[in-house]
Amino acid sequence: MPTHDLRRPFKRPAISDQQKRRELSLLRQEQNRREAQLQARRLASTVLSLQSGTSEPEPSDPIEVEIPHELDPESEEPYDADCSPRDITDVRQASKLRGIEGRRWFARQLMLPEWMIDVPDNLTKDWYVLARPAGKRCFVVSSNGTTVSRLRNGSVFHHFPSALPSGARTRENCGSALSYCILDCIYHNIDQTYYVIDMVCWQGYSLYDCSAEFRFFWLNSKLAESGACEPPTHYHRYRFSMVPVYNCDKSGLLMAYTGAVPFVKDGLLFYNKHAHYQTGNTPLTLVWKDEKCSQYLIDTDSKGEIPSEQQVVLGLQNDGKLTTSDDPPVVFGCLDEEFIEKSGLRCGNLLRFAIGGGGLTFADGKLEKADIQYVGKSNRVRAFADSYSKVIFQYMARRTPLRVVDLLASISLPNDQEDRTSDAEMDG
Amino acid sequence: MALILKNPRDYPLEQLYGKIMMFQINMTSEITQILLNAQSVDGTVRKHAEESLKQFQDQNLPSFLLSLSGELVNEEKPVDSRKLAGLVLKNALDAKEQHRKYELVERWLSLDVGVKNRIKTCLLQTLSSPVHDARSTASQVIAKVAGIELPQQQWPELIGSLLLSIHQLPPHIKQVTLEALGYICEEVPPDVLDQDQVNKILTAVVQGMNASESNNDVRLAAAHALYNALSFAQANFNNDTERDYIMRVICEATLSPDMKIRQAAFECLVAISSTYYEKLAPYITDIFSITAKAVREDEEPVALQAIEFWSSICDEEIDILEEYGGNFTGDSDVPCFYFIKQALPALVPMLLETLLKQEEDQDQDEGAWNLAMAGGTCLGLVARTVGDDIVPPVMPFIEENITKPNWRQREAATYAFGSILEGPSPGKLTSIVNVALNFMLTALTNDPNSHVKDTTAWTLGRIFEFLHGSAMETTIITQANCQQIVTVLLQSMKDAPNVAEKACGALYFLAQGYEDVDSSWPLTPYFQEIVQALLTITRREDAGDSRLQTAAYETLNEVVRCSTDEIASMVSQLIPVITMELHQTLEVQKLLSDEREKQYKLQGLLCGCLQVIIQKLGSEPTRYVVMQYADQIMGLFQRVFACRSATAHEEAMLAIGALAYVMGPDFAKFMPEFYKYLEMGLQNFEEYQVCAVTIGVVGDLCGALEDKILPFCDGIMTLLLKDLSSNQLHKSVKPPIFSCFGDIALAIGDNFDKYLMYAMPMLQSAADLSAHTSAADDEMAEYTNLLRNGILESYSGILQGFKNSPKTQLLIPYAPHILQFVDSIYLEKDMDDVVMKTAIGVLGDLADTLGSNASNLIRKSLSSREFLNECLSSHDHFIKESAEWARLALTVAFGHGASGYCQCFGNQWQPLLETNPTVERRKNYSATS
Repeated sequence: MPTHDLRRPFKRPAISDQQKRRELSLLRQEQNRREAQLQARRLASTVLSLQSGTSEPEPSDPIEVEIPHELDPESEEPYDADCSPRDITDVRQASKLRGIEGRRWFARQLMLPEWMIDVPDNLTKDWYVLARPAGKRCFVVSSNGTTVSRLRNGSVFHHFPSALPSGARTRENCGSALSYCILDCIYHNIDQTYYVIDMVCWQGYSLYDCSAEFRFFWLNSKLAESGACEPPTHYHRYRFSMVPVYNCDKSGLLMAYTGAVPFVKDGLLFYNKHAHYQTGNTPLTLVWKDEKCSQYLIDTDSKGEIPSEQQVVLGLQNDGKLTTSDDPPVVFGCLDEEFIEKSGLRCGNLLRFAIGGGGLTFADGKLEKADIQYVGKSNRVRAFADSYSKVIFQYMARRTPLRVVDLLASISLPNDQEDRTSDAEMDG
Repeated sequence: MALILKNPRDYPLEQLYGKIMMFQINMTSEITQILLNAQSVDGTVRKHAEESLKQFQDQNLPSFLLSLSGELVNEEKPVDSRKLAGLVLKNALDAKEQHRKYELVERWLSLDVGVKNRIKTCLLQTLSSPVHDARSTASQVIAKVAGIELPQQQWPELIGSLLLSIHQLPPHIKQVTLEALGYICEEVPPDVLDQDQVNKILTAVVQGMNASESNNDVRLAAAHALYNALSFAQANFNNDTERDYIMRVICEATLSPDMKIRQAAFECLVAISSTYYEKLAPYITDIFSITAKAVREDEEPVALQAIEFWSSICDEEIDILEEYGGNFTGDSDVPCFYFIKQALPALVPMLLETLLKQEEDQDQDEGAWNLAMAGGTCLGLVARTVGDDIVPPVMPFIEENITKPNWRQREAATYAFGSILEGPSPGKLTSIVNVALNFMLTALTNDPNSHVKDTTAWTLGRIFEFLHGSAMETTIITQANCQQIVTVLLQSMKDAPNVAEKACGALYFLAQGYEDVDSSWPLTPYFQEIVQALLTITRREDAGDSRLQTAAYETLNEVVRCSTDEIASMVSQLIPVITMELHQTLEVQKLLSDEREKQYKLQGLLCGCLQVIIQKLGSEPTRYVVMQYADQIMGLFQRVFACRSATAHEEAMLAIGALAYVMGPDFAKFMPEFYKYLEMGLQNFEEYQVCAVTIGVVGDLCGALEDKILPFCDGIMTLLLKDLSSNQLHKSVKPPIFSCFGDIALAIGDNFDKYLMYAMPMLQSAADLSAHTSAADDEMAEYTNLLRNGILESYSGILQGFKNSPKTQLLIPYAPHILQFVDSIYLEKDMDDVVMKTAIGVLGDLADTLGSNASNLIRKSLSSREFLNECLSSHDHFIKESAEWARLALTVAFGHGASGYCQCFGNQWQPLLETNPTVERRKNYSATS
């Protein structure tokens, strides 16, 4: 019987260099596989919608009107959704767009809340409420080692390094080219902070198709983890911060309405818990304000003064109709050809009108008649006409505003709506 | 023996019978001569005889085996033909290659029972032959038959018949019977024998080994048999009386006057140290005395075993303590008895003495293993076991001897120092090393003895390996001494091959310690000089015969690997140098086979070096330098493939994988030419490392070429499917093949549809096999998890590849099985972290690609929700990442048209949103202030 070999490695490293090369190759292949999987997993769900439809429902907040922007003759031209590059499927491609194309593309990626002109059912059960910081609404994109914020009209606001994934060129944060992020923010100038009000993409994973409930959860757990909420440093130019989100019950609504926050409030935002992130106007996200929670209840003009008559911006259509940015558009009136020609107006122009003494007349909850008087062309920074809800909210604000007590009252109502729904389901 | 049988089917039955009978008679009468001819010195005669044997075997196996056993048992036949008959018989029962072994087992089992019984009878009868070689061969064949039959519950009477009246047998038969028992224990797995049989075997064996056995051959055979039988003795070692008895007999045998018996007894102790570590406490003091005496006084083979006992105890305690390390409660399966720590005061002096017993030329002899080497190795293990405690008892020895005029003392002191550098904390060693470093550098330059220089260079390497690097709190290498170190090491590279090799090793670890430096790279000023010195070594006349050449390239590779971007341009200058070297090896023609092997080895090293450089320069902006040389490099690699050397082939393949990764889609231009070598690699079953590496390269190509790989996929898929169904291919290659399916599907998307009907059934049956790890042993469990991971990666790739395609519906029929697979491995609760990560990802991929088609299935699945929750709360980053992806995908899949998803996955985030408003507010305040 042979004796058993008991030689041990002597004065040798335990692993041969060849073995090391094999292992390093395997490691590379594993990493590539992981990258490829991540890429596949991300790509499919990151297709951003390119729906046409022009809208602009937000209040013209006074700061925004003064935004410096490069003068681009094209911006005066009629806006045609069809001319935007159609083959763009995700934000990485879009981020390569320059000038007007980039602006146009990004201008239509934000979810735009409607104004609350009546109180939705089931506020308590189906809605969140949060205090809206005053400031510039921005779309913040971090990718490829840099972060860019774009305003509502698509123009670049800040270009900066951040601690968001892929938001800066640092060793820890280089990440892969795929791990970009898109945040829906409001830039609050006083403390130079981006308040994140929604999360659209995180590390390449799209959250478009996720409910608000899930997006807020994700925002809550991810943002702080990334270090983006830390104070600014060389590689992190601006601080990001979250806004407390409450269930829209009585105490939640009061917290959002009266609770102290580190920013200047500009009204309240309401999110339907089940709604996905939808670009453009949506009735599933609402904005509401009164003079207590906002300095800008009634729209101001470019000088910051409240005009004596309510101003509205409407889009001029082919047939001379004046419409809102809604889809389908709401018609407020019609210009005759002679006037259009005389004033040198073209289809697609955004025109400013004042609501005259005749006001708006409604029938069955729909606009029947509007007394509007032509003021002039709108500021060229504008990308969209006003939305119907915005016009109505402003109209009501000057006459019979929706008050916080109305909201609270609707919450404390016995909720028979729910019962009715389930009855209906059982019948079906 | 001229008779050649035609195909039996050509003859009517009676005729066939007659032919076979005649054939048998002819063969039987001639087999003796054939067997003798097969051992002839005349090559032609030998070859003819071997062919005849093969023919006989192929044409009539039962008759062939019967003839062999008949030859073996026949006392009238010459001993040489009997012995070879036994060996041929043995080879007809077992082979080294797994698939061949399996075939032979099946073949034996399917033989006629009558034939088998006749053979077995002959074998047992041969055991009592007066001819030693005959009975000894028979004992080995019996073990082979037992290895096949006992696990099948056949030949149940074997053990009983061997042990029957063993006490009355004459010594020579007793000896061979014990040998047979030993071989049987070596062949059959422990669970095959019942405890009663084990008891009987152990009784016979231990009695045979007892001091009362007067015949030394019997005693030795018993000791060897005990060595093999130990793994069966679990129950007996749990019984105090029986264990005491076995241990007493073994310890007594270590004192036998016969050296071989003493050696065999120590071998038993070594085996017990690892198998029954936790039973050793009562005996350890006695064993120490016995081993110490053997180490100091006995002959070397015995002394080496005695040292090995302590090395083996160290192995055990290192393992146990490592397990403790990850588990602060000390709640390990096996408790640590700290034998080494307790024996330290006596053990260390004993080992230090051995260090002085060096052999003059041990450094030149690759196969050397002596007392000094074993003692030093053991000292190193002791240091790893006890840590800081090793330093005080060793330091006086070092201080006393390191300056002595006798080279043995200087070398022993240096070796002791080098040995204890791994184990103690850097805090304990740093101050000592700071003093020693300068001394070592001087010794490496000035010591007149090559042996001392060898050990000194090795010790410097150990210093850099364990006490130098960015993880260290205090650095032992400063800007000031770095230059001195490099100068001394480069100088030593001109020394004797063994010294130069160790100097390369030291430089290797010096460079490794500078991996991940943030500031400027400390070796930058010396880079050119280092590269020159290493390349000079590779061209040394005497480099190819030793490990020196390999060491030089390994060091060059490590220096390149650890270098920083600031010297990328200098690294890129290496490409033309190394390609030129490779070119030259390919130009040399017509070498002797010995020289050709050396040439292949060198080609392998050069390909390896190119691989490292390509990988280093692979990222922007230096990748363009690599691209520049790509044509030239590929041309050389293809010439390397044409040489058909496995090592060089594997290295070139690895390098091509790296090149494809760097080039991306541009690699497509090489594919038409390269494809045939890819095919060649995928069909290389024998050198399975080549096959494995090639499969990895297919993965690289998928990533690089994406859909440009499509034209080659038919061929690749065919070969991969063949590889999978081959039982010749080493099993370790199979999991990566599955992963490779996934890579291909990701690359070519829904073009994978035509492979679904082949790949899916393979995946399903492999999934069924790997769903349950019936095996208790760790190795099998590990393999099962590798297989699972491969299968899951394949599913992931296929699902993602088909996403957003109209052909997605083709996958729907497979979804239930995939889900079932994930379910079942979750319920098994034995998957590792990697499998967990991949499995939860597959769950997400199912939902992502199949949407509502999958969500309904997932809703019904037993464990998906639980599994997801478990993964979400995992501490493993990758599991968490995958789980979050899965949650996202499931949320989307469930969210579409259904609000009921909240019941499934919605509950976990609900509480997070309902944070106490006061807390929330406070948090916001503190963030601003």
